Amino acid sequence: MPIIDLANPTRFLRFAERALPWLAGLTLLAFAAGLNLTLGAPDDYQQGATVKIMFIHVPSAWLGMGIWALMTIAALGTLVWRHPLADVAAKAAAPVGAAFTLLCLVTGSLWGRPMWGAYWVWDARLTSVLVLFLMYLGVMALWRTVDDPARAGRAAAILTLVGAINLPIIKFSVDWWNTLHQPASVLRLAGPSIHPSILIPLLAMTLAFVLLFLALHLAAMRNEILRRRVRSLMMMQAQTAPGSGS
Amino acid sequence: MNLGPHAPFIVAAYGIATFVIGALIAWVMLDHRAQLRALDDLELRGVTRRSDRAPEKTA
Repeated sequence: MPIIDLANPTRFLRFAERALPWLAGLTLLAFAAGLNLTLGAPDDYQQGATVKIMFIHVPSAWLGMGIWALMTIAALGTLVWRHPLADVAAKAAAPVGAAFTLLCLVTGSLWGRPMWGAYWVWDARLTSVLVLFLMYLGVMALWRTVDDPARAGRAAAILTLVGAINLPIIKFSVDWWNTLHQPASVLRLAGPSIHPSILIPLLAMTLAFVLLFLALHLAAMRNEILRRRVRSLMMMQAQTAPGSGS
Repeated sequence: MNLGPHAPFIVAAYGIATFVIGALIAWVMLDHRAQLRALDDLELRGVTRRSDRAPEKTA
């Protein structure tokens, strides 16, 4: 099926029904492999076994940022190309992105307490990720506030584009300011500084988290298309009801 | 497996991750069921999309 065909919601629904079981199966396999590698990973020479928290903290952080980047592309799709599924994609991604960002904050906090002696510090990295989480809540609230999905989609798209400014701030916060949070150790120009015995489980868990996101996003987009069908049918019913004036 | 002196923090992190992922999966499944039920209710009341209706016979 050419990818352009998926712009049609009915065809997209058919594609989602076919792809979801495969995606769910792949996600389960990836998590089984990732968790197995995680269990076998050695302790860090400084942080001990707490390094195991990294295997869920880092993929959550990457997804939190990556999902906002995806929403930014979708926002351009809504505002510039007026793609019929762009705001569906953005709306469906927001709660998933918020959940992964929250997971990043909570697991980071649980990692910070034994390593730094504090659950929270107003450090540039932590604060910018908290801002990202609040932006997710803002976009979700905006979707709920405006009743018409098309108007809500445009308003949320503008807010999403504004929020995208925070992405480079999060990424480079550890370079621009003195932070308690460690600098980048995987995504850096000089290559990863983590030993392969820890890097491989981290990448395996990242793959599992990405597959999980793809499955959840596809399912949430399918639900959003169905919700819009319900809404338009209810409006049609209201217009044809006796006494509606039409 | 020995998780050392910080085991409660590691177990809590994985426990919360399991809960959040479980909640996301439950959310999409329950939402899907709710939308299908709403569509079925509308269909029972005769409210359907034009493309879902059986073609009318012309004389």
